[in-house]
Amino acid sequence: MEKFARDAVEFLPILLNGVALTIIVTLGSLVVSTLLGLIWAMMRVSGIRTLSWVSAALINMIRGIPIIVLLFYLYFVMPDLGVSLTALQAAIIGLGVAYSAYQAENFRAGIEAIDKGQIEAAQAIGMSWWLTMRRVILPQAVRIVLPPYGNVMIMMLKDSSQASTITVAELALQGKLIASSTFKNTSVFTLVALMYLTMSIPLILLVRHFEKRASHR
Amino acid sequence: MIELADVHKRFGRNEVLKGITASVEKGEVVCIIGPSGSGKSTILRCINGLESYDSGAIHVEGLRVDRDSRSIVAIRTQVSMVFQRFNLFPHRTALENVIEGPLFVKKEPRSEAIARGRALLARVGLADKADAHPRQLSGGQQQRVAIARALAMQPKAILFDEPTSALDPELVGEVLSVMRKLADDGMTMVVVTHEMGFAREVADRVLFIDGGVIVEQGPAKSLLNQPQHPRTQDFLRRVLHPL
Repeated sequence: MEKFARDAVEFLPILLNGVALTIIVTLGSLVVSTLLGLIWAMMRVSGIRTLSWVSAALINMIRGIPIIVLLFYLYFVMPDLGVSLTALQAAIIGLGVAYSAYQAENFRAGIEAIDKGQIEAAQAIGMSWWLTMRRVILPQAVRIVLPPYGNVMIMMLKDSSQASTITVAELALQGKLIASSTFKNTSVFTLVALMYLTMSIPLILLVRHFEKRASHR
Repeated sequence: MIELADVHKRFGRNEVLKGITASVEKGEVVCIIGPSGSGKSTILRCINGLESYDSGAIHVEGLRVDRDSRSIVAIRTQVSMVFQRFNLFPHRTALENVIEGPLFVKKEPRSEAIARGRALLARVGLADKADAHPRQLSGGQQQRVAIARALAMQPKAILFDEPTSALDPELVGEVLSVMRKLADDGMTMVVVTHEMGFAREVADRVLFIDGGVIVEQGPAKSLLNQPQHPRTQDFLRRVLHPL
């Protein structure tokens, strides 16, 4: 135990650098996945058949490809096509695209859960499709969507570790590097696990808060 | 101001409107009565383009109703609608529900919209409920907010789709009396209803619809007191004397 404490003091500063990158990757891909997910979901419920079909096809394609392959594609294949991304950019875009599929399905479910009478009431006062979405549907859908959204945040935090496969020195990769140079596997990976857990706990509490609020109405 | 000419509408194989021809004049109160499933609500929903129709024509103030055309917004701002299940926006207060259309569709200045919204809530007897959310209001109060919301668009006519059918019996009166005041003020109204007392006292004209056609129409009192068609007689007997 004393040994672990000593290792912790020694490795913590390095691991905290990893934590910073983990948070950047998670937040960045959260923003990307939310925006893309909203776009897919809007296309899906637009009532325009072509848009809805394209969105469904995209979602299924994204869902059918492992995140790690998506990351490899962005980081190793895109340069051949003349688009070179830094590892961090590739990680944020890759995770963002991968999760946009789940976000889209979540948003769509939230939108479709709103009573059709709400859309009719909005139309009856002359609202356009877009205004109906912005003023009537989305504000109500947010409450339904938030608890699963929080769960996606937790999953994304953990899956940000996949960025290590394309050389982003986030928490998992920092841990692996320290472990392979010091052979202190137990101390290092216990620390890494504890740090992921520490970051997850606030999110888990947040989800619980969202769930309570959603069930209140 | 509202004209329907030989309007047909089908849902799949089921033809719900089989050639409806009718008109509503400015300032007139027309009640539509008939058994459920007869197409009463569909007529209303076609008039403001919530539903499309297959053939025939509907005109509002000379403007053809076409739900896929841009002109539908102009029609909807002139013809408001009150729904059976109120359909208030649950995430907004009573006042916010009322000013939503004026603010975001008609782009009125905020202070003006609020002042008029408050006046409208007072007109339906809910001046003190401006900041209440729909879930804090009774059904009758919610429907009165919905009427204020419809009035806020300064419409030329209001369509009422069974406005009291979802209400507890003791709350029906407060909604009907607001509607009666509107009628007295000269509002053009088309009301789908099962409230025969309201139809008799407030309506200028009554249409009896059955099986997607207008079976009989005429001045409210004569149609309700001396129905000519056997189907109208049968319907009224069942509604007025259910036992």
